[in-house]
Amino acid sequence: MDNFQQTVFKLKQYWAERGCIVQEPYDIEVGAGTMCPETFLRVLGAKPYRVAYVQPSRRPTDGRYGENPNRLYKHQQLQVILKPTPDDIIDQYLGSLEAIGIDLSKHDLKLEEDNWESPTLGAWGIGWQVMLDGLEITQFTYFQQCGGVDLELVPAEITYGLERLVAFLQNVESVFDIQWAPGFKYSDVRLADELQFSVYNFEMVTVERLWRLFSEHEAECKGLLAAYAKYPDKHRFPVLPTYDQVLKCSHLFNLLDSRGAISVTERVGVIKRVRDLAVGTARLWLDQHTEAQGPGSQERVA
Amino acid sequence: MSLDFLLEIGTEEIPHWMIPGALAQLEKLDLLGAQPRVEATPRRLVVQAAGVPEQTQGTERVLLGPAALGFSAGPPMDPATEGWMRKNKLDITEVFIQDTEKGGRRWGATRRIPGRAATEILAESLPASILGLQWPKTMYWTGGKSGPRFIRPIRWIVALLGDQIIPFEIAGVKSGNVTRGHRKLGAASIPVSTKNYESELRKNFVILSSHERRHKIETEAAALGAKIDSDLLETLTFITEFPTAIRGDFDPAYLELPAEVLTTVMRHHQKYFSVYGINGALAPNFIAIMNTSADPEGLIKHGNERVLKARFNDARFFWNVDQQKKLVDRGDDLAHVTFQAKLGSYLEKTRRITDLVKELGGNEHAQRAAELCKCDLTTEMVKEFTDLQGVIGGLYAKAQGEPEAVSRAIYQHYQPLSMEDSIPETPEGQIVSLADKLDTLRGCFSVGLIPSGSKDPFALRRAAQGVVKILAEARLDYYFDQLFAGELRDFMLERVQYYFREVRGYKYDEVNAVLKVGISTVNDVENRLRQLAAVRPTPNFEPLAASFKRVNNILKQAEFSDPDPTVNVRMLEDGPEKELYEAYQERQADSLERVAGLRPYVDRYFDKVMVNVADPDVRKNRLRMLSHMLRTFSTIADFSEIVTSGEQKS
Repeated sequence: MDNFQQTVFKLKQYWAERGCIVQEPYDIEVGAGTMCPETFLRVLGAKPYRVAYVQPSRRPTDGRYGENPNRLYKHQQLQVILKPTPDDIIDQYLGSLEAIGIDLSKHDLKLEEDNWESPTLGAWGIGWQVMLDGLEITQFTYFQQCGGVDLELVPAEITYGLERLVAFLQNVESVFDIQWAPGFKYSDVRLADELQFSVYNFEMVTVERLWRLFSEHEAECKGLLAAYAKYPDKHRFPVLPTYDQVLKCSHLFNLLDSRGAISVTERVGVIKRVRDLAVGTARLWLDQHTEAQGPGSQERVA
Repeated sequence: MSLDFLLEIGTEEIPHWMIPGALAQLEKLDLLGAQPRVEATPRRLVVQAAGVPEQTQGTERVLLGPAALGFSAGPPMDPATEGWMRKNKLDITEVFIQDTEKGGRRWGATRRIPGRAATEILAESLPASILGLQWPKTMYWTGGKSGPRFIRPIRWIVALLGDQIIPFEIAGVKSGNVTRGHRKLGAASIPVSTKNYESELRKNFVILSSHERRHKIETEAAALGAKIDSDLLETLTFITEFPTAIRGDFDPAYLELPAEVLTTVMRHHQKYFSVYGINGALAPNFIAIMNTSADPEGLIKHGNERVLKARFNDARFFWNVDQQKKLVDRGDDLAHVTFQAKLGSYLEKTRRITDLVKELGGNEHAQRAAELCKCDLTTEMVKEFTDLQGVIGGLYAKAQGEPEAVSRAIYQHYQPLSMEDSIPETPEGQIVSLADKLDTLRGCFSVGLIPSGSKDPFALRRAAQGVVKILAEARLDYYFDQLFAGELRDFMLERVQYYFREVRGYKYDEVNAVLKVGISTVNDVENRLRQLAAVRPTPNFEPLAASFKRVNNILKQAEFSDPDPTVNVRMLEDGPEKELYEAYQERQADSLERVAGLRPYVDRYFDKVMVNVADPDVRKNRLRMLSHMLRTFSTIADFSEIVTSGEQKS
C-alpha cells in the first residue's frame, strides 16, 4: 500500500507524462488550488497551458480543532489544469485513478452534476463531482469564465481531494490515521496546525485588525489597478503582485467569516469588493499579455 | 423503399434531471414523416425510427420570366425574354405563357425539382436539430465562446439510415457507426448497425431502455428491502447505464439519531434507499444503486458503508454541538440571519410571526412555537441539511423539553411544501405555518417583490398556495379581506381559483360563479361550491341558469340599475307573473336545491309575460322584480357565469 506522499508522487508523475508542468504550491494563503495564479491567471487568454500542483488550501470555517476525522482547516488539493481540454480528458482522468492503484472494474464510478462557481473570483464552470463507491473524490470542471472574462480555450480543471482519496486507498476512517511517510502519520505532520489554527481563527482573531488589514490590502490592490493605465512600459507592470493583494483580501474575508464577523447582509457587499479586485486584475493580466507583447506574451493560436 | 434510422449523440455525463426534457424535444425530430422513438442514458441521447423514406418525392414548380408582350412563343423574342431564357438555359420549346394571379401574362417554364436522398436531407438538418436542443444551462468546450454549445461535450455521434452513415460533423466530431460501451465494463469502440445497436450495447453493459433500467432498480432494490422513493428512482435511472442494487449496513447505534436526519443523509447526500423493519422503524441498512454489474469482492459495499459512517458521524457531531445552545437561547442570533434585505432579519420576522399568531387567536403553545420556529436556522445541522429546517427545530424542541404541541408545530410549520404535501396536523402548527407564510407574502408585496411570469425567487406562489390549502383544509374562518389587501388580494384570489379548480377538481365556471359574488372566507367559498356542484347535475339547474342569464341580459339591455328595487306587488298580473313572485319569495335565502325548483315558474313567466311593454311603469316594475329575484338568488353563486350546454368555454 502506498503512503500519502507516494500517491502524490504517482499523480504528479502521471500528469507530468501527459505534458503538465509540475509546479510547487503557491506561497500565499488560498482557499482552493483554483485561486493560485497558475490557475486563475493562466486560464485566461489563448495560450495553451498544462500544469499540476499540490496546493494546501485553507478554509477557516472548516476547522474542527483536529477533532473531526474528516474535516480540516487546511487540506491538500492536487490541482490539474489542461488548457485546452483534450478530447479524451475523462479517460485520462480515469487512468490517473488506475495509476494510484484503483482497479475501476471493481468499483462503482459515477459522474454527478456539480457546477462550480466562485463569486469572489468572478469565475464559474460546468462539471461533476466524481463519486467512487459513494465517496466524492474529485471535482471536475470545465471553466467557462474566470475573473469575469469568457475563456477562449476552455480548460479542464481536475481537483483531487488528497486526504479523502488517500484515506479511501489506505482504508482508514480518520484522515489523521493516514500514513504520510514511513513512520509518520498525517496527525504527526499536521495535527498541531489543525488545533492551533482553529484556536486562533475561532477564538483569538482580532476582528477590527483583520478588517483594517483587509482595507489596507484592498487599497494597495486598487492603487496598483489604477496605476496600470498610465504606466509606460506595460510588461514591467507588477500585475502578479497586484493579484497577491487579491489573495490576501480573499483569505482575510474567509478568516472574518469563520469568526462570524460578517453578517449575511454585509456578505454580498464584501464578496463584491473582492470580486472587483479579481476582475480588475484579470483584465490587466489579459491586457499585458495581449497588448503589451512583453516577455511571456501570448502568441495567438491560429 | 423505407429505411431504419438511428441517431446516437454520445456525450459526457448529462445531468439526470435534464434528460427527460431533451427527449421530449427529440421526439419531435423531423424524420421525413417517420415517428421518432427516443431513449437515453447519462452518456447518450438516442433517436430510432422505422420507415424513413429513402428518397423524397420530386416536385415541379413554374419559373416565371418577364412579361409576355406577344401572344405566342416564337422568334424573334424581346431582349428581356431572350436574356431570361439564356440565363436559365431554356429552349423555345420549353417556354409558355402563364397567366399570373395579378391578371398579367408572363413567360414561364416548368422546373422539375428532383427528389432528394433522405441521407442528404438529414445530413443537413441533424446538426442544427442537435445543437438546437434547449437545455437549462449549456457550456462550450471548443472553438471559444462562439463555438457550439451543448449540455456537456459531444464525444461521438452514430447516425445511420439503413446501412448508410448520414455524414455530418458537430464540434469536430464526425458522425459514424461506432458507439461506446459502459465506461469500464464495455468496449471503447463498437461498430453497430440499426439492427444490432441495442443488443451490442447490452453486450457492453449499457441498458439503453430507461424503462428497463428503472424496472431493474426497482425490483432489485425492493427485493433487498428498500422503501422505493419515486423521485430517487427516477434520478438513479438517469445516472446509471447498468444499474445494480446492493445492500449495505450501518451500526445500529446511529439509530439513536432522528430518522429524519438519517434518511436525509442517505437520500440526499448518498442517493441510497432506506430500509424499514416490520415494525415500521428505520433499519440499520441501506440500498445503494451501483453503475456496474456486480460487487464480487464487496469493495463497493465496504466503500459506501465507510462514507455513510463518516456522514453519520458528522450528523452526530452537529447534533451534539447544537445541544450546547438551546433553541430558546438562539433567538437573538437570528438578528444576524437576513430574511430579505428590505424586510430585515429573521429576528424581526420572528417578532412579526409571533404578533400575527396572537392576532389570529393562537394559543400560548402556538405563540411559543412562533417564537422558536426559526431558531434552528442557526444550528449546524440545518446549515448542513437545509432541507430539514423546521424538522430539526421540532426535534430539538422536543429533546429540550418543550411541550408536544410546541415541538410539533415547529416541526411542521413549513408544511405544506407542495400541493401534494399535507398541511400541519395540529391547530398550533396550522396557525404558525399560516402566520409565517402570510408574513412572507405581505412583506414581499409591500416592498414590490411580486412574482411575475416565471420569476418568483421567494417562492411566493408556493407560500400562497400553502395558505389557501391550510385555510381550506383546516376549515379556518378568517375573513379573506382581513388577511389580504390590494395586489396581494388579487394574487390570493387567483390562488383560491387555482386551488379549487386544479386541486379540488371543481369546474372552472363553478369556481367563477361562486367567486363572482364575493368571498368572505375560503371556507365559505368551499361550502357554496359544494352546493353548486351538488345541484348542477339535477335536471332543472342548467335551464334555470340559462333563464337567469336571460334575465341578466334583459336587465343589461334595459340599462336597469336600482340598488334597492322595491317591487310594487299590486302592479303584478295574476298568473305566471304573480306566481313567480310568490314562488321566489318563499325560497329566499334558501338552499340551491330548492332554487332549482323555480324553473317551471321562470319558464312559464318567460312564456307568457312580456317584460318590455309599452306602459313605462309596468315595464319598470317588471324589471325591478327580475332584478330583485336575481339578487336574491345570487348570494351563493352568479348563475350567469355558468356555462350551459350549447355554450362554449370562453
